Amino acid sequence: MTTIINAPAVTAPQELDRAPRPRRRTTPKFTLGRAMAWVALGAVMLITLIPFYWMLRTSFSTSTSLGSDPGSLLPVDFTFGAYERVLGLATPAEALAEGGSGASINFWVYLRNSLIVATVTTIGQVLFCSMAAYAFARLQWRGRDLVFSAFIAALMVPPIFTTIPNFVTIRELGLLNTYAGIILPTLLMTPFAIFFLRQFFLGISREVEEAAIIDGAGTLRRFFQVILPLGSAPIVTLAILTYITSWNEYFWPQLVGREEEVRVLTVALGVFRSQTPQGGPDWAGLMAATLIAALPILVMFIFLGRRVINSIGYSGVK
Amino acid sequence: MTAPAIDRRPARSSARTPTKKNLFGLKRREAIAAWLFVAPALVGFIAFYLWPAISGLYYSFTDFDLLTAPEFIGVANYTRLLSDPLFWNALGTTSWYVLINIGLQTVLALGIAVLMQRLTQSMVVRGVVMLPYLIANVIAALVWFYMFDFQFGIINEIIAGIGLDRVAFFGESEWAIPTVAFINVWRHMGYTALLIFAGLQAIPKDVYEAGAIDGGSELRMFRSITLPLLRPVLAMVLVVTVTGSFQIFDTIAVTTQGGPVNATRVINYYIFDMAFNRFDFGYGSAMALALFVLLAVFTFVQLRLTRANKSDLG
Repeated sequence: MTTIINAPAVTAPQELDRAPRPRRRTTPKFTLGRAMAWVALGAVMLITLIPFYWMLRTSFSTSTSLGSDPGSLLPVDFTFGAYERVLGLATPAEALAEGGSGASINFWVYLRNSLIVATVTTIGQVLFCSMAAYAFARLQWRGRDLVFSAFIAALMVPPIFTTIPNFVTIRELGLLNTYAGIILPTLLMTPFAIFFLRQFFLGISREVEEAAIIDGAGTLRRFFQVILPLGSAPIVTLAILTYITSWNEYFWPQLVGREEEVRVLTVALGVFRSQTPQGGPDWAGLMAATLIAALPILVMFIFLGRRVINSIGYSGVK
Repeated sequence: MTAPAIDRRPARSSARTPTKKNLFGLKRREAIAAWLFVAPALVGFIAFYLWPAISGLYYSFTDFDLLTAPEFIGVANYTRLLSDPLFWNALGTTSWYVLINIGLQTVLALGIAVLMQRLTQSMVVRGVVMLPYLIANVIAALVWFYMFDFQFGIINEIIAGIGLDRVAFFGESEWAIPTVAFINVWRHMGYTALLIFAGLQAIPKDVYEAGAIDGGSELRMFRSITLPLLRPVLAMVLVVTVTGSFQIFDTIAVTTQGGPVNATRVINYYIFDMAFNRFDFGYGSAMALALFVLLAVFTFVQLRLTRANKSDLG
């Protein structure tokens, strides 16, 4: 356990946005070994990317035709039909003709639900965990180390163990199949978030905060005017990580949010997969749905990926 | 990795120059403010971590079906657990999964990390390698579920194309666990590689230069420099990935659902099934606690064996 806690201590927050170190050699000499190494790395990247291509290729195919040419590298009977029926734009007759189910599926609703759940969770968790991390990193109070140790100990507990009683709590509160029920357990804190931010807040220069103290700034003002601006890089990184985690979460939402109105994308995909409208799953529809579910994260990664990648190793674990 | 001490306490009000009289008042106010700052997180911790941990422990000694109040039955759940063949099957299945998953994943990740260190700092390469980790388990599972499909899957097309018999990857007992393990290796190997890569970056370059001057081959340097100096990072990565691997659920839930005939009924799926499908919350809690203890012991042993907190870099 010590290591996991120690690991992020390597962090120097100012290093977060620094460009990668300059290469040691500008033009490495060509050797057979290097060429083979590139081939190996290329193969890894290929294996990584093939399933994404396969999702794309299948999502533009006609489900009923897939069986006739399962090995085709290009879409079989190119159509936008899969997207249309997954997004509720196709009539039941059209959907049936292309191998979907006649029942209405509307991924707009699930997309909306995922957006609500991930957004609220992220805002709440990042705000409340920043506040707590500030108190742990920068304030003097009795009980601090004890409370912090208790929080960190929670990292060790396997989620399934607390999930059972949490389900009972949410049920007793009458929050099954509500957004609140899905969001509450991770809205106020996760041990990781507090731990992650505390490490960064510890590294923020003390001088600025002390100058603020001399100016008579209270804790609240110091938090908002010193810590939040200076700690904005790790806070944004944490927000991205929290958003992705929340977006991808399956176990908890499928327990407390199975109903259509609050069903998030991951749960909807599980339900969709178990429907076999015409003897087998509607593969084209399913792949279109997975792409729709993955797209927001992929777009976010294209724009903010550098930050996520740089946080690895600094965050130590996650 | 020269880690500064983590517990850097706030320097005791060094720059503050309040008079002695209001110092006490300041401290008091700071303590009150601190509790207010921690309050929301503390409520979350008590409501969704501490309280459930305590009630989970209590449930494990009860017969509880959610509809009526829990009824205390002593250690009955634990004796049941000891003689439940499905529990032991779940442990065996999970261990087999962890072995394949972690074994393959760690070797591949180490290889990818070393390749990246030697070849490129490119953010694009790192981004691509990390991509599968960003999409949901459910999505990774579904795509591979399709690609591994008996009839429609591209992999079986290739297998049939080269004249072999098609394989029911999810339908045959001996194939199901390796297939699920493979899917998660695919999803996690790049991310794990980046964790190891970060560790590699921390190894001073001059150690390699010294090795090269002594005429060490690549392989020799990997064995005698990289691996030993990477040990603390590898140990940490192993603890985290093994703990995560033991708790596999999503992939199973959307593909095999425990089948064929319990072949993929891993521990987390069995607990879930017991509690939420059969409403045996007491027995489910007992098994969850057993998993908790198992993981804690495992982590402790791993850290001890790998001397994870001591670096050879000095």
